[in-house]
Amino acid sequence: MEHQFVVSKSDWSLHRKGHEDQQRHKEKIREAIRKNLPHIISEESIITSDGKHTVKIPIRSLNEYKIRYDDKKKKHVGTGDGDSQIGDVIAREPGYGSGQGAQGGERAGDQPGVDYYEVEVEISEIEKELFKELELPNVKEKETKEIETEDITFNDVRKQGLMGNIDKKRTLLNALKRNAKDGNPTITPILNDDLRFKTWNTIVKPESSAIVLAMMDTSGSMGKFEKMISRSFFYWMTRFLRSKYQHVEICFIAHHTEAKVVSEEEFFSKGESGGTICSSAYSKALELIETEYSPSKYNIYPFHFSDGDNLSTDNAECLRLVNEIMEVANIFGYGEVNAYQRYSTLMSAFRHIENEKFRHYILRDKKDIYHALKRFFKK
Amino acid sequence: MNEMEELHKAIDEITEIAKGFGLDFFPMRYEICPAHIIYQLGAYGMPTRYSHWSFGKQYYKMKLHYDLGLSQIYELVINSDPCYAFLLDTNTLTQNKLIVAHVLAHSDFFKNNYYFKKTRRDMVESMAASAERIAFYEREYGKEKVESFLDAVLSIQEHIDPYGIDSVTLDESTRPKMKTAYDDLFFDEADEEEKEASSKAKRFPRRPVKDLLLFIEKHSPVLEDWQCDILTTVREEMLYFWPQLETKIMNEGWATYWHQRIMRELDLGDDELIEYAKLNANVVQRSKTHINPYYLGLKLFEHIEYMYDNPTEEMKRQGVKENSGREKIFEVREIENDTSFLRNYLTEDFVKNEDMFIFENEGGLYRITDKQFESIRQELITSRTNGGFPYIVVQDANYVNNGELYLKHEYEGIELDLKHLENVLPNIYQLWGKTVHFETVVDEQKMLFSYNGIKQFQRKLHN
Repeated sequence: MEHQFVVSKSDWSLHRKGHEDQQRHKEKIREAIRKNLPHIISEESIITSDGKHTVKIPIRSLNEYKIRYDDKKKKHVGTGDGDSQIGDVIAREPGYGSGQGAQGGERAGDQPGVDYYEVEVEISEIEKELFKELELPNVKEKETKEIETEDITFNDVRKQGLMGNIDKKRTLLNALKRNAKDGNPTITPILNDDLRFKTWNTIVKPESSAIVLAMMDTSGSMGKFEKMISRSFFYWMTRFLRSKYQHVEICFIAHHTEAKVVSEEEFFSKGESGGTICSSAYSKALELIETEYSPSKYNIYPFHFSDGDNLSTDNAECLRLVNEIMEVANIFGYGEVNAYQRYSTLMSAFRHIENEKFRHYILRDKKDIYHALKRFFKK
Repeated sequence: MNEMEELHKAIDEITEIAKGFGLDFFPMRYEICPAHIIYQLGAYGMPTRYSHWSFGKQYYKMKLHYDLGLSQIYELVINSDPCYAFLLDTNTLTQNKLIVAHVLAHSDFFKNNYYFKKTRRDMVESMAASAERIAFYEREYGKEKVESFLDAVLSIQEHIDPYGIDSVTLDESTRPKMKTAYDDLFFDEADEEEKEASSKAKRFPRRPVKDLLLFIEKHSPVLEDWQCDILTTVREEMLYFWPQLETKIMNEGWATYWHQRIMRELDLGDDELIEYAKLNANVVQRSKTHINPYYLGLKLFEHIEYMYDNPTEEMKRQGVKENSGREKIFEVREIENDTSFLRNYLTEDFVKNEDMFIFENEGGLYRITDKQFESIRQELITSRTNGGFPYIVVQDANYVNNGELYLKHEYEGIELDLKHLENVLPNIYQLWGKTVHFETVVDEQKMLFSYNGIKQFQRKLHN
């Protein structure tokens, strides 16, 4: 009997359409990240994502919009186990009642329509897009290039070399060109003279180090919002510096009327009452530069976050110390978290500094973290 | 016997059994392929289709689910002659047996259901050709341009007229002459409009048009030839897929009904039997939060078969013979679609037995709000009407005498997702080139949403 069906197994290895369109989709995600950087980098979930490499962020531009019914206003039909009653709760919206959002265990597919599109993005993707926009200002060659690292790159092409390193594309191109000149536009013959080889060079990179002196006002006037802003800023700044230097250290200096070096955790969680004397932090910074972080070895990045509510009699001292710091540091950054446009005593003093190393930014909401980064890290 | 021979033998046997039951399918082509091809097929719905990032997004989703073991695509079958079915190369023999039995019934459904009669059975080749043309446009006019055009078209691709009611309106010259005594029933409205039209400024289109894609393609003042071609392509492909949207419950129910019957005829070993039972249980799993079409369809077909095997006195008086269930379900698979299937055969007993209910979102909680038979049936029918999409018509293409496009949502009790709507209007604007208006109902108030290329407007209309 003849078969009325055919079973076959073709070679599918060249069918890559799905993969290609997925690449385009990824590209669109990257575009969306680029356009939404101010929003995305202020997502707290990234900063608190310790150890995880991906975060979920809502990307609205990648929704496929349709004329469709509103799921929330729609009725749905389900089937029960035989004893269902009017009033029974059969599901919850994601995040209902839990405050924190994610409810473990339930799969997304179990939920009736969620109306925005969340993409899982690698944090490194976000960094890549962000760091493209940032530059290191005033980089100095440090005298003591303590360690040098050697590396090789294939960045040269020569006529002689090892057969294993032959550059096929260039070789063929040369043969083609030469043959064409003789009126014979084919690849063969390939002569010895056509051969091209990839060759390497040794490059020497100085092992460079940077120290971030993170200073923050922890007096009573710095609330949760102010701390969140500065925390996000320091997070991204440290990451950025790590992409530029082999070695980046960060030292946390908390201050109110006096300053001390604290752990990262304390830095962001501690709150103290009382007034503010910013010069205390600056002299602590200078002390650290003198004792531990010599400018000959380190690129120094002192950044101070405050709400600007400084004791006015301290302002002159602040100015003096900041100028002193700028002599040894690459930059001095001052970020003022001031959501309500209050009068700031410290800023009124800083306004008169004319030194291109001094950079300041007044942050009014979360999105300004991005703008502050851009202000501080441009040439 | 090697694996391939075993599979051949199994398919042979299953094909014979299926024929014995009276299933009437297209010649079958089974293709064994790796996972990435299976989810590629799942994402595109076809072996070859034009490129668009939304397919890539879907592909990635499927790949992710598959890699995480969250989903297993059991079957992929294409409505074509010959009929293509795809089997995952890691399937066990038992899995393949179930799938083959299942897809034979799908193939039978494609071939015999009335709503599929006009679908193009050579769509595989046609889509491959369209893909090449669109790739050519990408080279010619730039990828970005083609992509943004596709973005716009795809956002309204469901708004077509699948059964050709509009053709009369769109092409007045070919309007059929009245032939039967009933024709005046159909054209009554039109005549009245004509009378009106003679006194007022001429209205265009004369009657509301449902086929938004076709209307834009024919009458948009801003489209170039290649753009019209893409519109035609997207519309043709939607016409092809449309009957599948409208027969989801029936089609899956039919296939499940038959894979169960066929598998019972096979001589399965103990291990195979257990594996099959597990797979089948997965397919027909019930859920509180949605209707599983495989399950509902299967149960309804079984319900119909039982009713016609054991007709009531009333049914007998109407000429139903005992044990005519099998014959009846073959008839049903030929003439119904999901809405008529539900309307004609979802009975009160059935709804009670299945413990069906309506649930609604009440401030974040999904709560059961209704258990009445009538409302459940109506809700199910509504959700399947027009493929589950809102019904939109072109009301006026020369609104305020300025060539602006006035669309109307035929509101039937379910409101639209306004966030989506506001994002779709600019897309329609891109296709029409002039201000677009959209009438719908929000909180029982008639509203008009407009987009003029720069800004969105909305205003209340008199109810």
